[in-house]
Amino acid sequence: MKSKKLPITLYYKVLFMSEQNQSETLREISDIKRIMERSSRFISLSGLSGIAAGLCALTGAYFANTTIKDFYDYNHEELTRIVGPEVLKMRLLVIAAIVLAAALLLAFIFTWRKAKQNHLPVWDLTARKLMWNVLIPLISGGAFILAMLQYSEWRFVAPACLIFYGLALVNGSKYTLTDIRYLGYMEIILGLVNTQYTGYGLYFWAAGFGVLHIIYGIIMWWKYERNQPLVSGH
Amino acid sequence: MKNPITGLNKVFDNRIRLGVMSILMVNEEVNFNDLKQMLEVTDGNLATHLVNLEDNGYIKVHKGFIGRKTNTTYSLTKPGEKAFTDHIAALENMIKGVK
Repeated sequence: MKSKKLPITLYYKVLFMSEQNQSETLREISDIKRIMERSSRFISLSGLSGIAAGLCALTGAYFANTTIKDFYDYNHEELTRIVGPEVLKMRLLVIAAIVLAAALLLAFIFTWRKAKQNHLPVWDLTARKLMWNVLIPLISGGAFILAMLQYSEWRFVAPACLIFYGLALVNGSKYTLTDIRYLGYMEIILGLVNTQYTGYGLYFWAAGFGVLHIIYGIIMWWKYERNQPLVSGH
Repeated sequence: MKNPITGLNKVFDNRIRLGVMSILMVNEEVNFNDLKQMLEVTDGNLATHLVNLEDNGYIKVHKGFIGRKTNTTYSLTKPGEKAFTDHIAALENMIKGVK
């Protein structure tokens, strides 16, 4: 009878120790997961950045549309020699540059704010990786489009913008919240469809860079940021 | 190094060493400052643990330059990768074992 008692106490001792260890073990595993996640993905990208970029694009598309209309109205009145196609090209490039700068600036501000709220660095290893992987397709695309303009090839400017931008997003999605991959797919599809309707480039461009960004931004904001206070309490 | 009963690796007992290994598992090569920023530790503290991991043969050190500034980067060795995966497997077994 006496000999039976010992294994039972031992059993409880082991059980007790294991339970204590378990919470520690779980914490260790969740630590590992968290560090791996945080050191490989830039998670501060804000949905509001997407919305802001989309609004910039729509405003830009509106001004581009007016500029193009004005150009053809002038031409109708046979003033072609005063406002030549070179001038139109320059005006559109200036609009594009302003839109790009405004969109990047606003996108940066909202992302910077989100990082601050979460007490995360804005410019770290993950941000650099994301930036580098997005820039490779983006700069190639930019150079390609400028080369097309050099030969006055207008028809594929909007499709190329959409396709290269989509590829940049898909490439970057490995280094940030993966949802952006779907935005990338949509941009690529839109760009490819646009190649068959080349006269409507500006509309496709507005849909891709304006509407899709706004939809994506709202979804991201709803999914990840809705419950965060608008103004950080710190 | 290995505890014969649990299979846990003593080297990874420490939070900072565990953190360095976790970061290097998902990033091929990481420099000193990035490790420091992500783990929120002091220079001296991090350096000590990196030396420990290097002495155990778990990480490789590459000393390079960016301009005139030194740029020391770290990456996992094959044995380091194996030791860490074994450690994670042991942790997972412990949880399963209790259930």
